[in-house]
Amino acid sequence: MNNEAMNQTSEKKMTAAERAAMIKNNKILLDVDGLKVTFFTHAGQVKAVDGISYQIHEHEVMGIVGESGSGKSVEAYSIMGLLQKPGRIVGGKVTFDGEDLLAYSDSEKREFRGNKASMIFQNPMTCLNPVYTIGDQLMEALRCHNKEISKAEARKKAIEMLELVGINNADKRIDQYPHEFSGGMRQRAMIAMALICSPKLLIADEPTTALDVTIQAQILELMKDLQRQTGMAIIFITHNLGVVAEICDFVTVMYAGHVMEQGTVDDIFYNPAHPYTRGLLRSMPNLDDEKGKRLIPIEGTPVDLLDPPKGCAFGPRCEHCMKVCLTKQPPMVTVGDDHKSACWLHIKEMKELSSGEVTK
Amino acid sequence: MDMLGYTLKRMAISVLTLLLVAAITFFLMNAIPGSPFMTEKSTPQQIALANAKYGLDKPLIVQFGNYLKNLAKGDMGVSLKMQEGTSVSKILFGQGKFVLSMKIGLLALLVAVIIGIPVGVLQAYYRGRWIDNILRVITTMGIAMPGFVVATLCLFEFGVTLGWLPVQSNSLETFGAYVMPVLTLALNPMCRIAKLTRTSMLDSISQDYIRTANAKGLKTRVVLFKHALRNSLIPVITYLGPLTAGIITGALVVEQIYHIPGLGNYFVSSILNRDYPVIMGTTLLLAALIVIMNLVVDIAYKIVDPRINITKKGD
Ligand SMILES: Nc1ncnc2c1ncn2[C@@H]1O[C@H](COP(=O)(O)OP(=O)(O)OP(=O)(O)O)[C@@H](O)[C@H]1O
Ligand SMILES: [Mg+2]
Repeated sequence: MNNEAMNQTSEKKMTAAERAAMIKNNKILLDVDGLKVTFFTHAGQVKAVDGISYQIHEHEVMGIVGESGSGKSVEAYSIMGLLQKPGRIVGGKVTFDGEDLLAYSDSEKREFRGNKASMIFQNPMTCLNPVYTIGDQLMEALRCHNKEISKAEARKKAIEMLELVGINNADKRIDQYPHEFSGGMRQRAMIAMALICSPKLLIADEPTTALDVTIQAQILELMKDLQRQTGMAIIFITHNLGVVAEICDFVTVMYAGHVMEQGTVDDIFYNPAHPYTRGLLRSMPNLDDEKGKRLIPIEGTPVDLLDPPKGCAFGPRCEHCMKVCLTKQPPMVTVGDDHKSACWLHIKEMKELSSGEVTK
Repeated sequence: MDMLGYTLKRMAISVLTLLLVAAITFFLMNAIPGSPFMTEKSTPQQIALANAKYGLDKPLIVQFGNYLKNLAKGDMGVSLKMQEGTSVSKILFGQGKFVLSMKIGLLALLVAVIIGIPVGVLQAYYRGRWIDNILRVITTMGIAMPGFVVATLCLFEFGVTLGWLPVQSNSLETFGAYVMPVLTLALNPMCRIAKLTRTSMLDSISQDYIRTANAKGLKTRVVLFKHALRNSLIPVITYLGPLTAGIITGALVVEQIYHIPGLGNYFVSSILNRDYPVIMGTTLLLAALIVIMNLVVDIAYKIVDPRINITKKGD
């Protein structure tokens, strides 16, 4: 389906389910298959990402949620080729638009970054270089991928981009330094910079976490608008489930470097299958909740990745933990149309179901 | 405060600094017993006569007042001994001594900056690897070794044993004559700059904006030299003030060893000869250079980092 059609249909205010259903028929843009990333530290090997798989279709907005330390950023850096030593990709495949990203040479990686896919980060206060003007940094992003474009054209485009992300007086603002911008404006400038080469994929690593609540909502709204306008796919990394509901079509729930559950937004919110996802939802405040209802935190502490449990990573904290959970990693089980969950409970249920059928 | 007010204030402070330097030099040099005219053959009458001729018989404070009065008119007095009767300004500027010293000093400064900074960047980029380790040993040695040791070693190795470069540089007629004095003078500041750059680059390249620059797809060279280096330059620039002073004092030694008839060399002789006006003139000239360099440093801060407001107090 093309972008136009998508736009027209979105005019009619699709429901989340309708959008998800359309998107899953789109071409696959990014295919992450069994990605493994390990940090080789003095203390030992930290398996920050331990075999995760997902697919992003064109125009799709996928949220990756999980507690701090679950490997969300590391996984995103690996795709962008920004992984720092001592981290190394030790397994899996990443295919973007039919090309094997992990086989790219250094210069091909540079060509990919910022051009075909770009990334924005958590803290806009520190992510812009303080000693260059906003315009300089925007134009540089454009000109390093488009050598022919003249300075004047690049400047025009940069002003356009700043206007697009809602910065007033863009033609004056462009010559200002980051310290003359507020936090929200800096994140807008970061978004403008990320989108200036019209990438097909935007990876947003907690882009609203460092901003105050009203600004958060504005930036989220802006990203949603821009996504609908440009049709780019977005990987939206966050630990805020509220943000996920706002903007995402699909959700991947991560824990300790593993994918716990994957599904559409509706699946995850209204029909969560994995105990970890349910735990996350219970620990999140909700406006619809009756007054005085307590938030229930997930007991225990996140996994020590230097010495991960043998079985299910969430096992030791799980209220439904069984014997098998502590010894063997659960397989990914399809529990609905686009809904998958990695939990032994599903296997148990299936067994009970089938044995029940046999006795009947 | 605006830029003009700030500049005026800085200039007033500079003049005050120079006055202080003049006073300290003047009274210290006169506190040493003896006079320029005291030689084995001279009689007390001759000395008294010469003292009277140049006004050295008056009380010190009056002498100093006179010196300042003349200085304000641009008159730095005449040499009492080394080139008796020749005006100090002519000695300093008219005989090529200052130009000669400036050439060596500026070249040394350039070499120190142009080699020191990239070496520091390289070290930071390859931190902990063999190239960084080797350079770290070399830079530490360069800082630890005094200029005269380096100069003597160079003279012996390249001048005498290998015979590649002239042993006496004299008036620096050939390119070869420059090499040893400039390198000797530049070695220490070069190594210091490399170390400073390495440390502050290590800090810069771990900053978030470097990740942003990489995420844009910029070349490593651009990320290092455009994005990281500019943010690392503040400590290096701060060092430029003391560095100028270091090069000036270093030049005294280097000019002696390589027999370069520059200002440094002449300065040392003027002290040994008690040629008061020459001592005063040279000291003030060198002090003025350092003061100017510090002004340049302040302006350079502002150019390198737009957040720095040099006209604001307490920043
Ligand atoms: N340079 C490194 N060296 C060693 N371990 C690292 C390094 N960087 C990340 N890790 C490990 O990788 C794991 C995943 O980190 P990551 O930053 O991806 O978490 P995250 O899910 O993005 O968390 P957050 O929500 O806090 O951003 C962490 O447990 C961390 O210990
Ligand atoms: Mg993170």
